[in-house]
Amino acid sequence: MDDNVSTLLNFLPQLWEGVQTTIILTVAGSIGAVIIALILGLTMTSPNAWLRIPARIIVEFFRGTSLLVQLFWLFFVLPLFGFDLDPMVCGIAALALNYGAYCAEVVRSSIKTVAPGQWEAAIALSLSPTRRMIRVIFPQAWALMIPSIATLLIQLLKGTAAVSFITLSDLTDKTGQLRQATGDTFFSYSVSLIIYFVLAWLLQEFMNFLERRATAALGRRRPNSRTDRREARRLARADAARRDRLASHTAAGEGANHGTGTDPTKGPFPGQGGGL
Amino acid sequence: MPPTENTPDTPSSSATPSGPNTSASATPAIEFKDVEKSFGPTTVLKNLNFTVAPGERVTLIGPSGSGKTTILRLVMTLEELTGGYIFVDGEPLTFEERDGKRVELPKKRTREMTTRIGMVFQQFNLFPNMTVLENIIEAPVHVLGTSKDEAVKEAKALLAKVGLSDKADAHPTRLSGGQQQRVAIARALAMSPEILLLDEVTSALDPELVGDVLGVLRDIAETTDITMLLVTHEMQFARDVSHRVMMFDGGQVLEEGPPDQIFNNPSHERTKSFLSSVL
Repeated sequence: MDDNVSTLLNFLPQLWEGVQTTIILTVAGSIGAVIIALILGLTMTSPNAWLRIPARIIVEFFRGTSLLVQLFWLFFVLPLFGFDLDPMVCGIAALALNYGAYCAEVVRSSIKTVAPGQWEAAIALSLSPTRRMIRVIFPQAWALMIPSIATLLIQLLKGTAAVSFITLSDLTDKTGQLRQATGDTFFSYSVSLIIYFVLAWLLQEFMNFLERRATAALGRRRPNSRTDRREARRLARADAARRDRLASHTAAGEGANHGTGTDPTKGPFPGQGGGL
Repeated sequence: MPPTENTPDTPSSSATPSGPNTSASATPAIEFKDVEKSFGPTTVLKNLNFTVAPGERVTLIGPSGSGKTTILRLVMTLEELTGGYIFVDGEPLTFEERDGKRVELPKKRTREMTTRIGMVFQQFNLFPNMTVLENIIEAPVHVLGTSKDEAVKEAKALLAKVGLSDKADAHPTRLSGGQQQRVAIARALAMSPEILLLDEVTSALDPELVGDVLGVLRDIAETTDITMLLVTHEMQFARDVSHRVMMFDGGQVLEEGPPDQIFNNPSHERTKSFLSSVL
């Protein structure tokens, strides 16, 4: 075991190179995937069939074909047509296209999930279609889509392992080298598992941060947060108290004139409050 | 323009500042001409013709499914006309007749027309990603081109008017239903609409909060000459603020007239049975 640890310590600079490659592929692939997802996802919500149908075909094509085959196609087939891409560019492009297609469906479905009343209010205010989307619909859809996109981006991180097939030396490739250096399969792949887990955890934390920001912008907290549960209990207590109050009013026959404005003692404007 | 039909009777409301301009020469604020609306095989409105005079407040009553809300949604362009035409201030809203053909207007043109119309919804529909103030200034700044400072000033005045000055920086989700609805009214008024559409604005509210919202609307009716088209189940409110009440059933106007006539002396049996069920 001590030998393994000392070999690992000596191997750290090379392992770090592999981790860097994995991080670059993950970050660049994720950015590319999100950009592709936004373009295709928004296009799939277009009322114009000439835009919507091609976007749908592209999404289905890249969702329906293997990441590995896409990677090989970009790396081995494109040069046949005179396009010789750097392996890193091929890796990033394949990851962005493949996971971008998955994320595009998340974008589309999240936009469609925003309450119809929000669209209608935006139309009633005569906001242009672009402004409706940018200012009203997308910020609400964004909060909905982050958890699903987070899952897909963690899958993208794990999918980076495929690039070792196209000459890139990422974490998985370096793990193989560590295994050869130590001769201990259990040790080297366990180290690899831990590093992948830490990277995925960091990515999830970043996405949680984005989700917190997005939900806070909607005046809400993340579902099921501790503060959320406390607030729900407080509101439930307030509701129960209000129901009790109403019930006692009704029982006393005092609720008959509510809302009709016939009470001459009631001014046109109530106080600032209103209560929840 | 065809002559105005169903010109309203003399308004009876005590809440009228100046009353609607119902003179024969006045261009109607809203005109429905041979309007038809179908949802798939179901026809909701058929050959509907009526006008609303500038400054007039008209309440649409009738059973569920009679097409009242559809009328408001057609004026707000939230539904597409199946047939006929709607005119606002004498100008076509979504379709016009050109060379004997019914032609759809460009969306941009329709959007320009809808800046004259405001709508308040049953479910408030405030934008949760914006504060109360941002909800109110969004359209004036980005649609009407009002400067942000001016829009903020007007928004604060409107919030004061609806009794919510201290909620300018609050998120809508932190407000009660009644407060949200008052913000929604302020948001609609911020566009200085000539026409205000009110779609069952108190139906989603707890009974104790209804009075607050109606108080605000009553004040708007008393202090402005905005043309209003209302759908409501608050019959006392309809009686107080309306110049005219129209009873709908099956997508047709069964009868119409001043509130006193409709509520005290309805001529149609269906109106009598409807009113007895809601009053």
